[in-house]
Amino acid sequence: MDMDMARDALVQESRELLAAMENALLEIETDGVSSEAINAIFRAAHTIKGSAGLFAFDRIVSFTHIVESVLDRVRTGKVQIDDAMLSLLLNCGDYIGALVDAIQNRTEDTEPDADRRAVLEKLLGAHLEPAPAVAEPTASSLATTAPDHGPGTEHIEGSGGVDSDNWHLSLRFSPDVLRNGLDPLSFLHYLTSLGRIVYLHTVVDTLPALSQMDAETGYLGFEIDFESDADRAKIESVFDFVREDSQIRILPPHSKIDEYIALIALMPEPGRLGDILVRGGALTEVELAQALDQQHDQQIGQKPLGAMLVEQQVVPEAVVSAALNRQKQSEDKKAHEQKFIKVEVSKLDQLIDLVGELVIAGAGANLIANRKKDAQFEEAAQSISVLVEHIRDAALTLRMVPIGEVFQRFPRVVRDISRELGKEIELIVTGAETELDKSMVEKLADPLMHIVRNSMDHGIEGTEARVLAGKSPTGMLRLNAYHESGSIVIEVSDDGRGLNRERILAKAIERGLVTPEQILSDNDIFRLIFEAGFSTAEQVTNLSGRGVGMDVVKKNIESLRGEVEILSKEGQGTTTRIRLPLTLAIIDGFQVMVNDEVFVIPLDLVIECVDLAGHDARHNIVKLRGEPLPFVRLRELFELPSLEQSRESLVVVQFGQQRAGLVVDRLLGEFQAVIKPLGSLFSGIRSISGSTILGDGRVALILDVPHLVQQTTQQQSLAQSGKSAGFLAHNKTVDL
Amino acid sequence: MPITEQDRNGQLLLQLEGGLTIFQASELKDQLLQALSRTGNQIELDLSGVDELDTAGVQLLLALKQEAANQQKSVSYSHHSPTVLAAIDLLNLAATLGDPLLIPNAR
Repeated sequence: MDMDMARDALVQESRELLAAMENALLEIETDGVSSEAINAIFRAAHTIKGSAGLFAFDRIVSFTHIVESVLDRVRTGKVQIDDAMLSLLLNCGDYIGALVDAIQNRTEDTEPDADRRAVLEKLLGAHLEPAPAVAEPTASSLATTAPDHGPGTEHIEGSGGVDSDNWHLSLRFSPDVLRNGLDPLSFLHYLTSLGRIVYLHTVVDTLPALSQMDAETGYLGFEIDFESDADRAKIESVFDFVREDSQIRILPPHSKIDEYIALIALMPEPGRLGDILVRGGALTEVELAQALDQQHDQQIGQKPLGAMLVEQQVVPEAVVSAALNRQKQSEDKKAHEQKFIKVEVSKLDQLIDLVGELVIAGAGANLIANRKKDAQFEEAAQSISVLVEHIRDAALTLRMVPIGEVFQRFPRVVRDISRELGKEIELIVTGAETELDKSMVEKLADPLMHIVRNSMDHGIEGTEARVLAGKSPTGMLRLNAYHESGSIVIEVSDDGRGLNRERILAKAIERGLVTPEQILSDNDIFRLIFEAGFSTAEQVTNLSGRGVGMDVVKKNIESLRGEVEILSKEGQGTTTRIRLPLTLAIIDGFQVMVNDEVFVIPLDLVIECVDLAGHDARHNIVKLRGEPLPFVRLRELFELPSLEQSRESLVVVQFGQQRAGLVVDRLLGEFQAVIKPLGSLFSGIRSISGSTILGDGRVALILDVPHLVQQTTQQQSLAQSGKSAGFLAHNKTVDL
Repeated sequence: MPITEQDRNGQLLLQLEGGLTIFQASELKDQLLQALSRTGNQIELDLSGVDELDTAGVQLLLALKQEAANQQKSVSYSHHSPTVLAAIDLLNLAATLGDPLLIPNAR
């Protein structure tokens, strides 16, 4: 691995860890403090520091070190985690992110923002222990327990974590373990490959007298203090083979003292086990005394431990079940993570390119098979092309990732912005598992961020205004994604004040985007806010309102061959809907012919094909089953010479809610099209989205159906309103 | 597992050879019990020939010590082979067994 790769790996790993850290912080904010979340944050900071240290990236190391020190105090309960602390840690996470960016940009030798760093360091410093020389016992403003109050005082609460940095493993193997051919010794040997056994005590209490002993029964138990960076699943996996009827208990570092109580309670000789724990350093004397005390109290009542704890209100019942749930979730997640392997994106792209070539070659072979009129050959070619189709689908899904990857950064964004704005906003995310192409995920992040910010800033009203309007004081922002006929649809909805039609129109007229006499539908008006330099916000805020943005959003989405529309009801809210094609690489196409030219229409968008001759068609409108349908002749669109010919076919296509017809000479049928981008020379042409290579080696153009549909329906409304100037004409010049 | 016996002034010296694992544990247990009943007060087990040791072997060694103590006799282990030393070290049993160990020179 050369340095560049190592650097990339470091950057990527750090970003993942920062994301995990952020998640854990937000989790604490919503669900309250849990030792697991705090440990996750600590681990993230610690690992970043460690990896950066390997490369001697000193800026990141020194900053992370301070964060880590504060986190350590949080972890040991010396500093309370409160709202301000959460914000501070989130900010620190951001700054570490900036430092990581600097590494990626090879500018790690300059500080990204020295002022911000100084501020953060100062804030962090306030939570740190004062230097020994100036140590005063009255550092209590930070909710700390001064260290000289005697050992263990911070654990008096009973539910605090213990001091030890080590895992504690309590192993009682099943009596049959030896007979089953398993040797506990070998498990312990294996365990040492994951870390260091700090202390091991072999428990011989159950060993009978030699004469009564069955030499093939396992009697020994082990109490182990284990120092390791491995996660719980990894350590548990050591004992996978024996877990079934053995008692394997694993307490992570800084486990709640209650967990030790539970452990002690389960053992026949609690006092002895307590001693073992103290000897191994798992518990301090004070912690043990406290645990035994509590246990003693419980024994008086002869009740199960959990019930006792609940009864004594040491832990509310809800907390117990919540803790269990959380633990299970994180374990599920871990199990999930292990199912992934990392593959370089370029390798995947290479594979998909090859599959594309395979599809083209397959089409060629099919063509020859058809010409040869050899039934066996045709059959063979057919079964190969079915397989090729499957391979194509499988290869394309490799690139598919859940959109949750984008959505997951929004809880933080919403949290920060709603605070900044002083609004209460709840974020609801649905459809996060909807998949789309990886390359699109990356390009979607910025436009979505913009829309979300807009919604929060301009859409959702302040708390008082909401109450006045009879809405719940908490605003709702909703991110949703779903699949619909070959597209993925992403919606950002709010229940805010909605778009003000009149104001947009007035502004558009003022800017000369439309003329006052134009008759425009709501949709046309809402679409105006995507025009460059358009903003109706009376006040430009930090976040939005400067009129840069929505036009960029539209451009970004269109560069992905997608479309964005806005639905809004005044006073009730706004929904921004983004519609994107599912994949950018290979599609199922429908071949049509005009003269000798072949065109490909994405099959997902084709609704039906009808013979045009039997229908009443004039002025580019055809009456289809009593409904008017606008259509366009491809011959006219592409200015191909007209031929004497008898019949034309109409292909009905749909995009979103709109339908239109495309008139062609012949229908050729389905075809797998590998989309080849057009050169930059053709980037201005809007009716064509790409090209593809046919089985016989000819090039066919792929029609840009969304654009054609839009254009045809616009022409129709243009013809209806009888106006040729103004907004639509303006729009067209922009198009060309 | 072959055991060779020597009698030195009422002290029984046993030499264990080969494996000390679950495969030999049952047979060995009986032999050791017998040896214990025969001896006057002391048994010394030479473990230098033990090249394999598992949990069954370890608990046998532990149980023999206990049994001897119950009968007011004494059992000591000596000349521990590297295999035995490694296991004792891993399981932290040096103090429990209480025999002087000859720690090999650090390599």
